[in-house]
Amino acid sequence: MNRLWTLITKEARDGLRNRWVVMITLVMTGLALILSFLGSAPTGTTSVSPLAVTVVSLSSLSIFFIPLIALLLAYDSVVGEAERGTLTLLLTHPVSRTEVILGKFIGHLFLLAIAIVIGYGVAGVTISLSGEGGFAGQEWDSFLRLLLSSILLGAIFLSIGYVISTWVSERGMAAALAIGIWLLFVLLYDMGLLALLAADGEGALSGGLVKWLMLANPTDSYRMFNLTSSNATALLSGMAGLSAEHRASDTSLILIMLSWVVAPLVIACMIFRKRQL
Amino acid sequence: MGTNPTIELSSVTKKYGKTTAVNRVSLALAPGECLALVGHNGAGKSTLIKMVLGLIGPTAGRVRVMGHDPLDSAFNNLRRHMGFLPEQVLFQNNMTGRETLEFYARLKGASLEALDALFHRVDLFGAANNRISTYSKGMRQRLGLAQALIGTPDLLILDEPTSGLDPASRQNVYSIIDDMKAAGATVLISSHALTELDSRIDRVAILNRGHMAALGTIAELRRTIGLPSEIKVHGSAESLQRLADYYSGKGYMNGAAHFSCLASEKIDFLRELLELNIPLTDIEVNDPSLEQVFLALTKGEDLGNE
Repeated sequence: MNRLWTLITKEARDGLRNRWVVMITLVMTGLALILSFLGSAPTGTTSVSPLAVTVVSLSSLSIFFIPLIALLLAYDSVVGEAERGTLTLLLTHPVSRTEVILGKFIGHLFLLAIAIVIGYGVAGVTISLSGEGGFAGQEWDSFLRLLLSSILLGAIFLSIGYVISTWVSERGMAAALAIGIWLLFVLLYDMGLLALLAADGEGALSGGLVKWLMLANPTDSYRMFNLTSSNATALLSGMAGLSAEHRASDTSLILIMLSWVVAPLVIACMIFRKRQL
Repeated sequence: MGTNPTIELSSVTKKYGKTTAVNRVSLALAPGECLALVGHNGAGKSTLIKMVLGLIGPTAGRVRVMGHDPLDSAFNNLRRHMGFLPEQVLFQNNMTGRETLEFYARLKGASLEALDALFHRVDLFGAANNRISTYSKGMRQRLGLAQALIGTPDLLILDEPTSGLDPASRQNVYSIIDDMKAAGATVLISSHALTELDSRIDRVAILNRGHMAALGTIAELRRTIGLPSEIKVHGSAESLQRLADYYSGKGYMNGAAHFSCLASEKIDFLRELLELNIPLTDIEVNDPSLEQVFLALTKGEDLGNE
């Protein structure tokens, strides 16, 4: 336990030391604030809480941004240390390879959580204070869901990043794969899904299949989790159109996302154990 | 553990695909012994070290380190008694030397208070709290060495410990090796700086293309290889002339008398020389260096294969 803690704190200090986290936090805060204020402009005097609008804007931001930073944090972690020679050294110490991966995961997740909580927190508090309805009258539960599920989304792509990093033998290859994975999950998958739906004018693809296709992509699970979290957000995001059969329950969405964290992490540990040094 | 060997390799083979990196190597190292692994690049030194460290497993044969299979999970706890300096290690630039050593000391469960002494030992105390980005190449190498000494290991493995060091730091490395040996540690080093090592290693294992080309003390290797010792005798012109007359045709004169003789005949030769009662000012005896032994042992096979 002590050793795991040592690994975690080293990873966390590293991230804080190279100012990466500071940069990411600033960028996230800035983007969150811009999106929030732009997003709240058109609501005018409707009864919708400004924070609900913010949740919708921020979750769209998250889907693009969080997988990207998570992959950037993770892709280099094993293959980079292998190239610097510190990995060989680390593994001659009394640590197991599983501990190494877990230490990196928890350390990186901590960094990501800081950036998300600060970035989105600043935006959320600013919006609620400047908008109508006051601090207490906001959709705070939706906002809390957003924070927690964004951290979960980050965890998913950290895990996927470790699979890449333990699998390949060169940093350049790892970077290329990370970008590829990001494009696939964040852009290409949904474009493909849209194309499929457009081609399927007859509605032969009944709701069931679309639902399962969406659930197969963790970013869509995240989208579904946040955009249908309350009537207000569903209405704003256009997700209200999703019929009940298209939706999955919160519990199953969380379970799906959790398994997207655990499965790649287990795979990464397995690959890492077999990795030749 | 007692007198059981710290490292025991029995007929160890490691193949990567079709290439055989290490071929049926057997070796045993006792506590307090220092062995140098010597060979060209690609001779299998690093592969052998990785197998001892338990980073990779052998394709065939048996590896035992401190009585255990280093691949076994039970070996993990023994790792705290092991120190390792990789051939090339780039510590994180944004950490200080002290932070780096503290990290490894915590992993080993070693005392953090003892680190000051280690920094002094490698002459880095003044720079301990500076970031590694400000370190020179030699300082980084010394930091790596200090890292290997954390927790006073029973088994010290140094891969090319003197590469990039100035002569003074190099001497310091060897005096550290001596100290560790005296404290009962087993030391395994690999090095190209063969001549430097002459007096401080107990045995040499020469690897050539994965094979153990030779294993023994330097003296044994010299004997088996039959390399002559060079003897240089100084004296007055008259003395040299008398020597030349006595040993006509055996050596040559060039301001001093030069002779070469096999290690097995050295003592007899010197006794005979002194019994001549010719006044001499000095006698220099140069045994073949490890470098020469090494070249003689690996050259033949290289020529044969290429």
